[in-house]
Amino acid sequence: MSGAGKAFGIGALLVVALLVLAPVVALLARAETSSLSVSAWPAIRFTLLQASLSALISVALAIPLARALSRRRFFGRGVMVSLLGAPFLLPSIVAVLSLLAIWGRSGVVSDGLARLGLGGLDIYGLSGVLLAHVFFNLPLATRMILQGWQAVPSEHFRLAAMLDLAPRARFALLDMPVLRGAVPSALLVVFMLCMSSFAVVLALGGGPKASTIELAIYQALRFEFDLGGAAQLAMVQLGFGLIAAMLAFRFAKVASFGGGLGAMVQDFDPRRWPRWLDAGVLILAALFVGLPLGAILIKGLGGLFSGMAAGLLGAWLVSLGIALVSTALALMLALALAFWIDLEARGDRIELFVLLLLAASPFVIGTGLFILINPFFSPFRLALPITALVNAALSLPLMLRILRPAMARARENHGRIADGLGLRGRARFCHITLPQIRPELGFATGLAAALSMGDLGVITLFAPPDMQTLPLMMYRQMGSYQMDAAAGTALILVASSFGLFYLFDKGGRYAGA
Amino acid sequence: MKKFLIAAAFTLPLSSLSAQPLPELTVYTYDSFVSDWGPGPQIKTAFEAECGCTLKFVVAGDGAALLSRLRLEGARSDADVVLGLDNALMEQARDLGLFAPLAAAPQNLALPVAWEDDIFVPYDWGYLAFIYDNTKLSELPNSFAALADSDLSILIQDPRASTPGLGLALWVKAAYGDGAADIWQGLSDNIVTVTKGWSESYGMFLEGEADLVLSYTTSPAYHLIAEQDAGKSALEFSEGHYMQIEVAAKLASSDQAALADEFMAFITTDAFQQVIPETNWMYPVTDIPLPDGFSSLIQPDPVAGALFIPDAARKAAVDEWVRALSR
Repeated sequence: MSGAGKAFGIGALLVVALLVLAPVVALLARAETSSLSVSAWPAIRFTLLQASLSALISVALAIPLARALSRRRFFGRGVMVSLLGAPFLLPSIVAVLSLLAIWGRSGVVSDGLARLGLGGLDIYGLSGVLLAHVFFNLPLATRMILQGWQAVPSEHFRLAAMLDLAPRARFALLDMPVLRGAVPSALLVVFMLCMSSFAVVLALGGGPKASTIELAIYQALRFEFDLGGAAQLAMVQLGFGLIAAMLAFRFAKVASFGGGLGAMVQDFDPRRWPRWLDAGVLILAALFVGLPLGAILIKGLGGLFSGMAAGLLGAWLVSLGIALVSTALALMLALALAFWIDLEARGDRIELFVLLLLAASPFVIGTGLFILINPFFSPFRLALPITALVNAALSLPLMLRILRPAMARARENHGRIADGLGLRGRARFCHITLPQIRPELGFATGLAAALSMGDLGVITLFAPPDMQTLPLMMYRQMGSYQMDAAAGTALILVASSFGLFYLFDKGGRYAGA
Repeated sequence: MKKFLIAAAFTLPLSSLSAQPLPELTVYTYDSFVSDWGPGPQIKTAFEAECGCTLKFVVAGDGAALLSRLRLEGARSDADVVLGLDNALMEQARDLGLFAPLAAAPQNLALPVAWEDDIFVPYDWGYLAFIYDNTKLSELPNSFAALADSDLSILIQDPRASTPGLGLALWVKAAYGDGAADIWQGLSDNIVTVTKGWSESYGMFLEGEADLVLSYTTSPAYHLIAEQDAGKSALEFSEGHYMQIEVAAKLASSDQAALADEFMAFITTDAFQQVIPETNWMYPVTDIPLPDGFSSLIQPDPVAGALFIPDAARKAAVDEWVRALSR
């Protein structure tokens, strides 16, 4: 490992520390009073409940879906794998309205039930929260588990078929190790993402019973100006994130299948599994993910046909610019970190720290940075760089979680031959590592790009008024009764996020996997 | 396109650095005020035509967030004027000592309530109300008690995160006092859900998720004037309605004090006030002719005792709301 690589890695780690720890310290330093209010306990309980259930359900459903996707080849499979990235990228308000178009009291399903003479659906409450979180995260979990199966060299599947392994043996030798590697990781990521969710939880949760820690943080920062209270809540949230990450790392075991020739993954054992069962899983998943997306498309087209808002192009360009800069930054940080910790004995601990970013509250990050920057510069002048940096950093944990197993695999498969050839540093990275991690790199970069296009959490504190991004524009339109125009803007936003995701993701998968 | 992009990325953060030949007045306000559909652009043009200055709006969150932002910045704030606080926050804001007394009392005020204040100038106002689709609903409750007894479904906003949501909690408290918790318990089976902000619940209402949504008595005017849709109406409650008065104030730390005074006086002139009804969809604070669609709106009375709320009472009302609905 070259010194430059390590220096980059440590630099990336400092950025993470700046965003995880510094804001909390800044809040505590500015705090006048600090008291963790008793009303925070129900919020903590509900946060843990909904995040655990969301993670369990998303991942439980993702396993058969990923299995079906990995063993079947069918027309439209590539599109479906890409579309699985889409729900994750939706701004919360768009996701809520699109889910309600299907599952709401006057949604498609309720209408259908009413026509059959049955009562309508009422999803509000814990079930609504879980529905939304599964919609967001089932696809993400599926992609993470699918990557695991696709990393199995095709020779293994061929061998298993040739030996005519009994299902139980096959499961123990092939599937179990894949799940052992991917499932704890997927559970952890979904848990962390759901833990800091709040607008969705409130809108579908049906009332203050469904309050999360993140809402308490928002209330403390916005309404009470209780910086100390917000910092304490943020620490509680980070603490739970830390515990979850330690548990996941304890149970995860990265699958080790040895090398293969890197031929296209093909499962030779579909006979034993009924075709209709896989078909059913795939169709249900396509409907579950596709119908709300269809609702966004229909509403958005309606909004766009009734008139394009002025400034849409400008907002689109600013958003695209932020997304591309963030992505480049995220890619550099993630690769530097992944390359570094792959060779570090304490790699797990370093990654654990980076993962805490998923449990960090965007409001705390925004306010903390504001306190830190304000004595020196006008924060408005730094709006774009800060937004790009924070967006990049927030995609870092996801990217790292996706890239690290791929890095380990690359090292295991080709590390020795690279050592033998004396390949080091950049040459080794370009010729050995990069080709091996390409699919994961494409997927991770796609997520980073799309996430930064849609993010709103931090920019609202810093954005100067003449700066218009697509998400800001959409919220401004909604705040001025312009719901149709907002639906049009939402469609452009979602389409652009998805377009970016698709380009990167497809770029990684071109080899045919 | 690439060039444009690079230019866009660089001119935005730098524009505030370039030399300004004219003095600049910085006004902190909320998002929808400065959006293309809000009052901001027209008010900027009108004020700049007479002040020989540049008026710069800065979006800094709404209501309580605006106040938090000013506290965060302290004396270092660039703000000369803040526009977007309301009567529920005035007492809390006054205690912070961030604001300067007015140079002159506002002229021409014609609010439905008596107004005298040496720091805050009202710039628009509205009554909270539940909005319904008048093509679907016929039996209408005329009080919170009747609403709680009905099986109409309602969408409201969270008082811990939203200005109208807070207004509703204060409204029920003012109307029912010690009985407020019972009213909330009675309403709990009517409440479909509670959203973070107005946009979410209003959007959900338009999608047909509930019979009623918490908004303003002026909301039907938007649908009537901008969409030629007479299908939305507001419920009139016999308890009286919560009145939200939006106010502006001058920062004590302003380095453009004279210009700030000029802007504070400008707020109650026709040039400012006539923009309000059809952009912010609220009532003007002076006696100017209203657009046609406004004559069809309900004209309720203000509920007594909810105009100026001490900070402790505000917190207590919110806590009571959380407790009553968490049971």
